Amino acid sequence: MKDRTAKDQPDSSKPSRRRFLKSGAVLAGVLGACADSGNVSDSGPRTLGDIPSPYGQRSTYEKSVRYTHLSDTPEAGPSRTPLQDSYGILTPSSLHFERHHSGVPTIDPSQHHLLIHGMVDRPLVFTMEEILRLPSVSRIHFIECSGNSGREWTTPEPTVQRTHGMLGCSEWTGVSLSLLLSEVGVQSEAKWIIAEGADGCKLHRSIPMEKAMDNIVIAYAQNGEAIRPEQGYPLRLVVPGWEGNTHVKWLRRIKAVDQPYMGREETSKYTDLMPDGKARQFTFVMEAKSVITFPSGRDKLPGPGFYEITGLAWSGRGLIKSVEISIDGGQSWQEAQFQEPRHPVALTRFRLPWRWEGQEVTLRSRCIDETGYVQPSREALIEARGLNTRYHYNGITAWRVSSDGSVQNAYA
Amino acid sequence: MLAAILAATPLMGQSPNYGVGRSPTPEEIKSWDISIGPDGRELPPGEGRAVEGKEVYTRRCADCHGSEGQGGDQGEALVGGEGTLDTPKPVKTVGSYWPYATTLWDYINRAMPFDSPGSLTHKQVYALVAYLLYLNGIIEEEEVINAQTLPQVRMPNREGFVPDPRPDVGRTDQSQKN
Ligand code: HEC
Repeated sequence: MKDRTAKDQPDSSKPSRRRFLKSGAVLAGVLGACADSGNVSDSGPRTLGDIPSPYGQRSTYEKSVRYTHLSDTPEAGPSRTPLQDSYGILTPSSLHFERHHSGVPTIDPSQHHLLIHGMVDRPLVFTMEEILRLPSVSRIHFIECSGNSGREWTTPEPTVQRTHGMLGCSEWTGVSLSLLLSEVGVQSEAKWIIAEGADGCKLHRSIPMEKAMDNIVIAYAQNGEAIRPEQGYPLRLVVPGWEGNTHVKWLRRIKAVDQPYMGREETSKYTDLMPDGKARQFTFVMEAKSVITFPSGRDKLPGPGFYEITGLAWSGRGLIKSVEISIDGGQSWQEAQFQEPRHPVALTRFRLPWRWEGQEVTLRSRCIDETGYVQPSREALIEARGLNTRYHYNGITAWRVSSDGSVQNAYA
Repeated sequence: MLAAILAATPLMGQSPNYGVGRSPTPEEIKSWDISIGPDGRELPPGEGRAVEGKEVYTRRCADCHGSEGQGGDQGEALVGGEGTLDTPKPVKTVGSYWPYATTLWDYINRAMPFDSPGSLTHKQVYALVAYLLYLNGIIEEEEVINAQTLPQVRMPNREGFVPDPRPDVGRTDQSQKN
C-alpha cells in the first residue's frame, strides 16, 4: 500500500457551552461572576442575507467535528462523535461516529439488492424500490461500538469524545427484519442469521434467530433522511441494544443458518479475553452506562458560579431508570433530572444544576436501568474481567475539576 | 383494508403477503454466497499446500503482515502467541486465538489482501490457509488443504471460548426487588 502518514486531527473539545458562558450577554447578567459581556448594541445586519438553499449547512461559526486518528490503514478504523458539544439525545448524522473495516463504499441504490436465502422456503432478492414500499417503522436507538471506552481499561483518554465518542443516537426508519423473514419463510432448523455488508471486506456477523424475529430494523433512513454513506447507505441493520458491529452496514445479504458461522469479527475480534485465558463470545448486549459530557475532560470552567452538569445514559437492556451524580469523589450521590420523554435503548439526557465554589472536585455519574442493573465502578469491572479485553467497558467515569477550573479524566 | 391489499395474488416468485421480491436463480445465490461455516459445507472445490501459499503470501501479504507473518505497520501478526492468553501480555493471532480454521478461509477470501479484497482465486486461498496453518505449527508442510481436510483441522484454542455470562458486575439495585 502507498505511503500514508498518520494524521492526528485535534478533537474539537472547545465546549461551545463555555463560549456561551464567556460571551452570552443574558447569562452573564445571571451569573454575575462571569466577566466581560462586551457592549451590547443594535448591530444586526442592514443588508439582505443569503437566499434559500437546496441543502442546508451549519453556521460557519460552528466548528465541532468528529475525532479521527488515522492509522496506516485508515479504512479500518473509527471516527468519534463530539459528545462534549452534544445537546439533547439525538446525534446529527454528520457527526455520528463511524467504524469501518474496509472503508466507505459508494453504492448506487438502483443497483443495490438484498438477498435473503439459506434455510428458507422461498429465497428472494429485493430491490431498494421494493423495500421502500413495505410497511415502515421508526425507532430512536443508540448505537455503541463494543470498543467504545476500550482504552479506559488500561490507558484512559483525556476527553469525552475520545473516551465515549463511538456512540450515537438516531431516529432510524426502515422495515422490520421479521417482516422480510416471514416473506421468505424461515425453516424450523434455522437458528441464526448471517448478515453481510457490500463493503470491500463483506463484513458479516452471526445473529441469533430469536433476536432477528424480535426487534431488528432494516433501516434506510436516519434522522429523517436517507442514511449517509458512512452509516451504511442505502441499507443497514439496526440491532437494538447490541454491540455496534452487529448493525451491519451496506446490507446486501442475509442467510438463515443452523449455527453461528464463527466469522473473524466474532472470534478474533469483539470477544473478551478473561484473565484465565478463556474468551467470552457473543457478548452482544451493551450494558448500562453513563457519562457526564459537561464538564468533561479538557474543559476549563471560567470561574466559580452556576453550571449545569449534563450527560448521557443508555442501556442495551431497555429504559434508564435513574442517574445519580456524585460531586464528592463518590461518597454521596444525588439524583439527576431527565429530559423527557425517555426512550428504551436510546441515549437519555440527564441534568443537574450545580454551583461550583472553586475547590477541587471529582464528578461522577452512574445509572440504573429498568432491569435494576447498576453501572459498575472501574475498579469492580477490572476486578471481574482483568485487563486483557478492550471491549464492553461500561465503568463509571470520573472527571476531576481542579481549582483553576481545568477538567481532567481522573483515571488518566 | 390491509386484507384487501394483501388479497391480490402475488406474481410467481414474489413474497406471499406483499408481492415483492423475485426468486434468485441458483447461480445467483452461488455467486453471492461466500459464507463458510465451521463445518465447511460451503467450501468450494480446489486445494493448496504451504509451499504454494508461501509464494502467494510473499507477493500479496508480506508487505503488511511481515515476511513470516510476524506483523508490520499495516497488518497485525498472524503467527505466534501460543501459551500467552492467560498472561498479562496476551498475543492473539490465528495460531494462538482463532477457534476454527474455516474462519481463516472465509476471512482471507472475503477481506484480504486489505487493499484488493476478493481478488484471490479459491486455489490461492487454500494455499494461503495451508501456509498460515503451517507457519503456526498446526499442520505439516506437505499437508493438502481442501474442502475435506480444512474442517478437520483442530485449532489449538478450539476450546478457548465461553458464552456470555453477563451481568457479571453491576449489582442489581435492591429497590427493584421489593
Ligand atoms: C495493505 C496491507 C495488507 C495486505 C496487503 C494484507 N493485509 Fe491482511 N490485514 C490488514 C489489515 C489492516 C487487517 C485488519 C483489518 C481490520 O481491522 O478489519 C488485516 C487482517 C488480516 C487477518 C486477520 C487477523 C486477525 O487476527 O484478526 C488475516 C488472517 C489477514 N489479514 C491475512 C492476510 C493475507 C493472507 C493477505 C495476503 C493475501 C493479507 N492479509 C494482505 C492489512 C493487510
